[in-house]
Amino acid sequence: MSYRCMQHIFLEMSVFVIDALNGNVMIFVKCRSSYCQQQKHNMISFIVVIEVDNEEGSAAESEDDDSKIATVYHTDNINSVRVCVRELLVLIHDINFLFLSVPPTPHHDCEDEEESENEKKITAKTRRGNARGRARKDSEEEEEMRTAGQRRQRNRRAQRKQAGNEDSDSDGESRKNKKNRANQISKQQEPSEDGEDDNKGGRKGRGKNETKQEKNPDEKGKKEKDNKKKKDKKKKVSSSSDSDSEEEPITEEELAKLKEEVEEKKKLIATLRNKPWQMKKKLDVLKEAQLFVEKFEGALGKGKGKKFYAYKVMMTKKWMKFQRDFENFKTACIPWEMKIKEIESHFGSSVASYFIFLRWMYGINMILFGLTFGLVMVPEVLMGKPYGTLPRKTVPRAEERTAMNFATLWDFSGLAQYSVLFYGYYNNQRTIGWLKFRMPLSYFLVGVGTIAYSYMVVIRTMARNANEEGGGDDTSFNFSWKMFTSWDYLIGNPETADNKFASITTSFKEAIVEEQENRKEENIHLTRFLRVLANFLALCTLAGSGYLIYFVVRRSQKFALEGLDNYGWWERNEVNMVMSLLGMFCPTLFDVISSLENYHPRIALRWQLGRIFALFLGNLYTFIIALMDEINLKLEEEKIVKYNMTIWEASLYNGTIPENATAPPIQVDPADVPRGPCWETMVGQEFVRLTISDTMTTYITIIIGDFLRAVFVRFFNYCWCWDLEYGFPSYSEFDISGNVLGLIFNQGMIWMGSFYAPGLPAINMLRLHTSMYLQCWAVMCCNVPHERVFKASRSNNFYMAMLLFILFLSTLPAVYTIVSIPPSFDCGPFSGKTRMFEVISETLENDFPSWFGKVFSYASNPGLILPFILLMVLSIYYLNATSKSYKEANLDLKKKLQSQAEENKKRNKQKAQQAREMEENSLETKPKQQGSKQDSAADQGTQKGRGDKENKKKTSHQQEGSPSQQHGPGPNAHYTSHGRGGSLAPPPHIAVTQPPVPRGYGMPGYPPRNPRFEGFPGGHPRMPRGTPNYR
Amino acid sequence: MKFVADAKLGGIVHREVDWSIIQEDLDELEDWTDSNELHGRYHEMAPNIVPMDYTKDPDVKLPIQLIINMPELKENPFKERIVEAFSEDGDGNLSFNDFVDMFSVLSEMAPRELKAIYAFKIYDFNTDNFICKSDLEKTLNKLTREELTAEEITLVCEKVIEEADMDGDGKLAFADFENMISKAPDFLSFHLYIHLYLDITLSSRCEWSIHSSVLYTNNHC
Repeated sequence: MSYRCMQHIFLEMSVFVIDALNGNVMIFVKCRSSYCQQQKHNMISFIVVIEVDNEEGSAAESEDDDSKIATVYHTDNINSVRVCVRELLVLIHDINFLFLSVPPTPHHDCEDEEESENEKKITAKTRRGNARGRARKDSEEEEEMRTAGQRRQRNRRAQRKQAGNEDSDSDGESRKNKKNRANQISKQQEPSEDGEDDNKGGRKGRGKNETKQEKNPDEKGKKEKDNKKKKDKKKKVSSSSDSDSEEEPITEEELAKLKEEVEEKKKLIATLRNKPWQMKKKLDVLKEAQLFVEKFEGALGKGKGKKFYAYKVMMTKKWMKFQRDFENFKTACIPWEMKIKEIESHFGSSVASYFIFLRWMYGINMILFGLTFGLVMVPEVLMGKPYGTLPRKTVPRAEERTAMNFATLWDFSGLAQYSVLFYGYYNNQRTIGWLKFRMPLSYFLVGVGTIAYSYMVVIRTMARNANEEGGGDDTSFNFSWKMFTSWDYLIGNPETADNKFASITTSFKEAIVEEQENRKEENIHLTRFLRVLANFLALCTLAGSGYLIYFVVRRSQKFALEGLDNYGWWERNEVNMVMSLLGMFCPTLFDVISSLENYHPRIALRWQLGRIFALFLGNLYTFIIALMDEINLKLEEEKIVKYNMTIWEASLYNGTIPENATAPPIQVDPADVPRGPCWETMVGQEFVRLTISDTMTTYITIIIGDFLRAVFVRFFNYCWCWDLEYGFPSYSEFDISGNVLGLIFNQGMIWMGSFYAPGLPAINMLRLHTSMYLQCWAVMCCNVPHERVFKASRSNNFYMAMLLFILFLSTLPAVYTIVSIPPSFDCGPFSGKTRMFEVISETLENDFPSWFGKVFSYASNPGLILPFILLMVLSIYYLNATSKSYKEANLDLKKKLQSQAEENKKRNKQKAQQAREMEENSLETKPKQQGSKQDSAADQGTQKGRGDKENKKKTSHQQEGSPSQQHGPGPNAHYTSHGRGGSLAPPPHIAVTQPPVPRGYGMPGYPPRNPRFEGFPGGHPRMPRGTPNYR
Repeated sequence: MKFVADAKLGGIVHREVDWSIIQEDLDELEDWTDSNELHGRYHEMAPNIVPMDYTKDPDVKLPIQLIINMPELKENPFKERIVEAFSEDGDGNLSFNDFVDMFSVLSEMAPRELKAIYAFKIYDFNTDNFICKSDLEKTLNKLTREELTAEEITLVCEKVIEEADMDGDGKLAFADFENMISKAPDFLSFHLYIHLYLDITLSSRCEWSIHSSVLYTNNHC
């Protein structure tokens, strides 16, 4: 049956071909297929009746079964048809002409329900063959039938002939003219051996049908029902009813063989793409195989499914392309990604990790900035009372003259102090504007939210990093992959290629450093001693600097009590100077100390970070203590001011309106009103100033310490008496630890200060943004890579841990001031309250229903909170324990895998070794003469030669000790594997493979090239990385 | 080739998988035997040697110098090896068929196994069917532009052999190589996009390498 459908489809296609090729008016053709719905199998036994809706000819036949129509092909463009036809001709020409010659067969449906499905199929097949044959000419058909019949049963031939005749009789006459043309063409082109193929095809198809039918007897009924339906519609007489029962099936072997062949061909088609053949050969084979399969498979695929599937394939392709584009787009959207990659390619991942950290910080600060800017500053500007309406929003009379001076503004006093940037500017009105925006509440919540959000983000990032760390990756082929897969074949741009070369070199160097670290053998006791010594020295330095700071601070307090005016410049600035000096020299000292320890550079970096961190902490806390002192001073001053205020007010009332005391004195200018010191604004100012000065210091250091130094070294090297580039000043390396810590401490300032200076996150954003560009530029232009480019640890959890610690340290004072110091009485959103957090209870009272307050008070009952905390602690403990056990299991599994891989390798090697030994034993004649060559074996010429020699050596050993060798497989195996390993990867103490000593570049005896910058691309290794090369 | 796809309605295969395979083949054919364009590229490299109509004279061969100056290959450190691996005579002279082969194997669609075969050929500098130490050294020197020291090179080569050599003969046979490469996460970068129009700009190349940098963190545009 299915073949009949094929006939129809190809039939109509051939109509296309001819008409299109002849340039005739195209016939608008739809192939319609309707098929039974219950096709549950994917073989060929389902029945398909295709109607050809030819508008010229048999349109009348097909108008009724719209419900099952699937338009197979539909076009109204003659050009596209031509193109298609050409392709068709090229790719499946044979098939085309196979079916081209078939006269339009009407729809034959079986009438006899008793007739077996099998027989129906056979008739279908035979009819197909017959039809094809008939297409040549009637006489030829007879001939062909005869030859074909010789291979088959006589009666079959007869039956086929009969069927064919009937076919032609019952055929729709309307199409005949068209077909004649087709027949002629096909006659010309069809190869003569078609008949044979066709017979096989028929046989094969029938065989398939048979087997299929055996498998699915239950579907027969359904199909037949379907057939009946069709039959009713068509009112055609099927000729297949008269197939005889004596027809003999093909033998099973033949069937199986054919089937096998077809499967083979199919497999060939499937795997053709993997064959390393020439495209031409592939094409030929593909064509051939496709032809074969098409001929013998004899199945109509799922008509509807196919169209859908083609569509699906197309869509997946488009989807893939879209995904690729989208990935491109996403990368393009990551800010500074290319910059960082470029830096990474030259300086290694450790330097890049700083910039990634900086970018991450930038992200965090953007959100902090969004919070304060969107919820505090903008509402205040838009809806709050404007500048000059209140004393707190006006510059006092005494400062008015200098309020706009640059020096004053730079110091963030004057006009800047009385602006939206600082705490003091905000009013304590409960709601502002028509939105009834609750400004004090919002201010408080943003302050708390900033801290909470930071905690959340830092902890979440740490957790994610820890996850990644746990995952790890397969490093079993680390070097091989680097060697064979690191080049990106897509690179076509010279600059990209330069970067890629640099990055590959850097990554190799990183890997080499790791490897050397693994291989390093050292005196453990000496190292231990040195490390202890180093830590002791570092501790001493820290303690010394701590005491120095303590001493200086105490002294400065004494000075302050006695009045600073009596002392000179040094006494006034002693604390700051000592701090900066410590900050300048201690890191260098730590660096020297850490060279004692001989750690891997990554670990050394951590130690360095930790030590400088401890040093900076002292710095931070002296600053905070000083601030606290100042706050206390201000608080005392405030009391006096408050007292003076009442006097001033009283005098004001008395002076102006003596009788009517209740009426306010309206006419007083807000600038003239006396005001308190407003310690909150003072704190905010301090932090802003600190941030600004910090930024300035960083930038100036970069410009002087890096850029000018690089320029000096570069240009004065021509006229200097020693080599500046290699000698003393040289170029600077990028200081990872200093920069990371600077960033972290800066962030600590932001967290502490942003409550009192809402503008601080904005300033910090600016700083991070500029420093990103400046540092990127500085690194590429005036720094040189580290001596040992090392790989950053995959996760920056160490940075994160420090950040978390700083976050904790900076929340402490902030929370302390919020909770336990009364806010100023005449400035800020909380003025008039005894504590800042009272704004919460106030909101609860006024804005929430009364029951809510009750619930809140119940919930805040310690009796409820304590058990809750206990529960949380318990659950944390539990989760921690489980995660630990999971991690252990994971590690175990990994270890097992690794050992298994090792085992496999070893076994393979052993096997290969044994095989070789067998071979050699059979060939070996003179084992004795090998002894003299043993010494030179290690550094002899090619690997192969060496291997051979060692093998021989070993075999000689084995022959000598052959009795002992027979003891058991254990010692023998061990022996062989050991010997093998010796020849393969010589142990590290053989001279050739000795890795260079850790600081190898500076060692004497190192090849006379650039001692430090081997990996640097470009001719002048010591040149600063010129912008023209690597932009 | 949608029409052809529909012509397959006549039924070759039963399963959608087969169908997709054939469709892929067809697409590949379309891509790589669409000789008007690919041949156009071939023709443009040496318009005086190569006739426009490739069907008539298939014996023309282009010398290696012309091929490696294609923008697709120019920056590739292994360009000579690539061309040699695909040339039938081994000297790097490419007939048009070789040319088509080269880009079909290096196409994105080509299966990993096929790529592995040719990658092995490319990295096997002395064509002894093994990647031995000297091959590795050459590869490494080309990859790093000879910026590693002798010790480092020896170390890396030894590590590679130690990692990938499964049968312990001190060099990598194809089986070793395939085993290693099949586990590599970013071997997919072993492909080229051929630009069928000559007006490729550097920016478009750049874009492609951005794409690849998505896949593998170490790539740079």
